[in-house]
Amino acid sequence: MLGYTITQWLFGILSFLAIMFALMVVFTRNPVNSVLYLVLTFFCIAGHYLLLNAQFLAVVHIVVYAGAIMVLFLFIIMLMNLNADTEPRKHIVTRVIAGLVGGVLLFVMVGALKGAEQLQLVHGGSSQIGLVKNLGKVLFSEFLFPFEIASVLLLAALVGAIMIGKRDTNINSKESTN
Amino acid sequence: MLNGIPINFYIMLSAVLFIIGAVGVMARRNAIIIFMCIELMLNAVNLLLVAFSTLHNDASGQVFVFFIMAVAAAEVAVGLAILSMVYRNFKTIDIDLLSRLKN
Repeated sequence: MLGYTITQWLFGILSFLAIMFALMVVFTRNPVNSVLYLVLTFFCIAGHYLLLNAQFLAVVHIVVYAGAIMVLFLFIIMLMNLNADTEPRKHIVTRVIAGLVGGVLLFVMVGALKGAEQLQLVHGGSSQIGLVKNLGKVLFSEFLFPFEIASVLLLAALVGAIMIGKRDTNINSKESTN
Repeated sequence: MLNGIPINFYIMLSAVLFIIGAVGVMARRNAIIIFMCIELMLNAVNLLLVAFSTLHNDASGQVFVFFIMAVAAAEVAVGLAILSMVYRNFKTIDIDLLSRLKN
C-alpha cells in the first residue's frame, strides 16, 4: 500500500486519532464529553504502546487510566452536576493568548528536537522487554526499593484522600458550641 | 527505526500531545478539565519514555512509566478529593473565582 507497511499505517492512524481526541478534550464545552474523549485518547496511546512492543504497559494503561482514573473523574463530575450550561469560559483574549503560547512552544520544541534522528541505535538484547516476565525481573531486582516506596505513596494518598474528602462534623460542632 | 517508524515521529507526537495539554491548562477554567489536561501531558511523556525504552532495548524506561502511572493515580485521588472539598465549601470549581491566595 503506497510503500508503507501495516505498522506505519497503524502509527499514522493512531497518531491522528490521538491528536484529534486530545484536541476535542480541550475544545469540548461539556466536561462529560471531555472525559469520554480523554478515554479515547488513552486507548489510542495504549495502541501506540502495543506498536512499541510494550504489551504489559498497554494493558496496565487501559486498566489504570481508562478503567480507574477516568471513572473517578466521571464520578466527581456527576457528583458536582456539571454540564455545558454551567461551564465557565475564559475571556476570548486569554484563550487567544493561550493558543499563541502553545503555538510558539510547539515551534520551539520542533526546532529543538528536529535533529533527533541522528540518535544512535543501540542493538543487542531481546525485543521481548515489554513482556511481564522481563519487566517483572527488572522491577523486582533493580527497582525493588522504589517499588516499595510507591506502595507507601499509594497508602499515603489513600489516607490523605479519605482525610480530605470526609465531612468534618467535629469542627463544625466545636465551632457551634464555642 | 522502531518497526519501520523513525523515533522522530514519536518525539513529535509526544510534543504535540504535551502542548495540547499545556494549552488546555492555559485556556480552560474548569479545574477538572485542567486536571485531565495534566493527565494528557503525563501521558505524552510516558509515550516518549516507552518509545526510547524500545529504541534502546532497555526495560528501565518502561519501569519508569509504571511508577509514573502509580504516582499519577495517587495524584488524581488526592486532587479530586481536594476538588470535591472545594466544591462543597464554595459551590464552584472555577479556578478564576478560587483566587483567595492572591489577596
